[in-house]
Amino acid sequence: MGDPMKIRARMQGDVAEVRVLMGHPMETGQRKGSDGKIIPAHFIKQIRAELNGKVVFEAAISQAISRNPLFAFKVKGAKAGDKLSITWEDNKGDKRTDTVTISG
Amino acid sequence: MRKSLTTLAVACAAFLATSAFGQTPEEVKKGVEQYREMLELGNPAELYALKGEALFKKKRGPKNASLEQCDFGKGPGVLKGVYAEMPRYFADTGKVQDLESRLVTCMVQLQGISEKDATKRPFGNADKPSENEQLVAYIVSQSYGDPINIKLDNPKMKEAYEIGKRLFFYRAGPWDFSCATCHAEENTRIRLQDLPVLSSPAGAKAAMTTWPAYRVSNSQLKTMEWRINDCYRQMRFPEPNFISDSVIALTTYLAYTANGGVYKGPGIKR
Repeated sequence: MGDPMKIRARMQGDVAEVRVLMGHPMETGQRKGSDGKIIPAHFIKQIRAELNGKVVFEAAISQAISRNPLFAFKVKGAKAGDKLSITWEDNKGDKRTDTVTISG
Repeated sequence: MRKSLTTLAVACAAFLATSAFGQTPEEVKKGVEQYREMLELGNPAELYALKGEALFKKKRGPKNASLEQCDFGKGPGVLKGVYAEMPRYFADTGKVQDLESRLVTCMVQLQGISEKDATKRPFGNADKPSENEQLVAYIVSQSYGDPINIKLDNPKMKEAYEIGKRLFFYRAGPWDFSCATCHAEENTRIRLQDLPVLSSPAGAKAAMTTWPAYRVSNSQLKTMEWRINDCYRQMRFPEPNFISDSVIALTTYLAYTANGGVYKGPGIKR
């Protein structure tokens, strides 16, 4: 189910500026815990942004991305009031989608 | 040829002297500031605040109640701007309380959780944050943009302020340190990042308007109680108890000194 994301989406001229903060441990699988055992890899592998249901941004990422990743990107052709939803999926099959309305 | 080589060597030496080997204090400070600005673009403290909100509204404890009716000084259920006026005197407990001690009071009174359980794990770690930290992140975020306004309009508040001031300058421990050792001299530094002069309004504002904060080096949200506790540890004092009167007194002194500063937390620190 994952933790809620913090999404900001605002129109700047005719492009929407989007900033997404995701809460995720992004374990590399190379770190040892306090018990000396390797902490299993646990990271987001796929992120996707949809504008009114149409995919506008997609990325395959890996454990090289830090804990609590932040993504910022611009979307052309968006308008204030459009629905923007962000989805991530991690290597354990966990998924999370959050949706916001783009503000003017 | 020889001449041009010499010129090149001189040029290289001059370049190295001003950059790689000898950064001036201003350049170092600028670099640190730039790093801090970059961090502010994506502050994970917001993720803590989201979790804290859910926790705040969740029915818990033997009385199966949420914390929504907690009175932080502006009446039950009011969160807007309350942190900017804390610590404050509460008539129902007869004590000066900071946010974290007030949260404990509400957990005990509203939710029926024992004080022992409510104070069991005030500070978390990177892998398991404490519930206290999440609740604090949520409540302080409701004071964003509000000016700090501590009133010494009560004998207990005056007393807390005076005790806090004495504690700030009180030297002891194996290193003979006080808070003032690191936090009361302008234009000097004891480590790479300059520390604010907390006895002056400007320095106190800089600190009190940005704490609690997400600490990048610990991957955690840190509260004011933790900040003071850890300062004492760094000074090699015995660490004060969670929500003890001494920590609240010191916070009262610092917050009063920061009066008028616009709260911008939860912040983000290196």
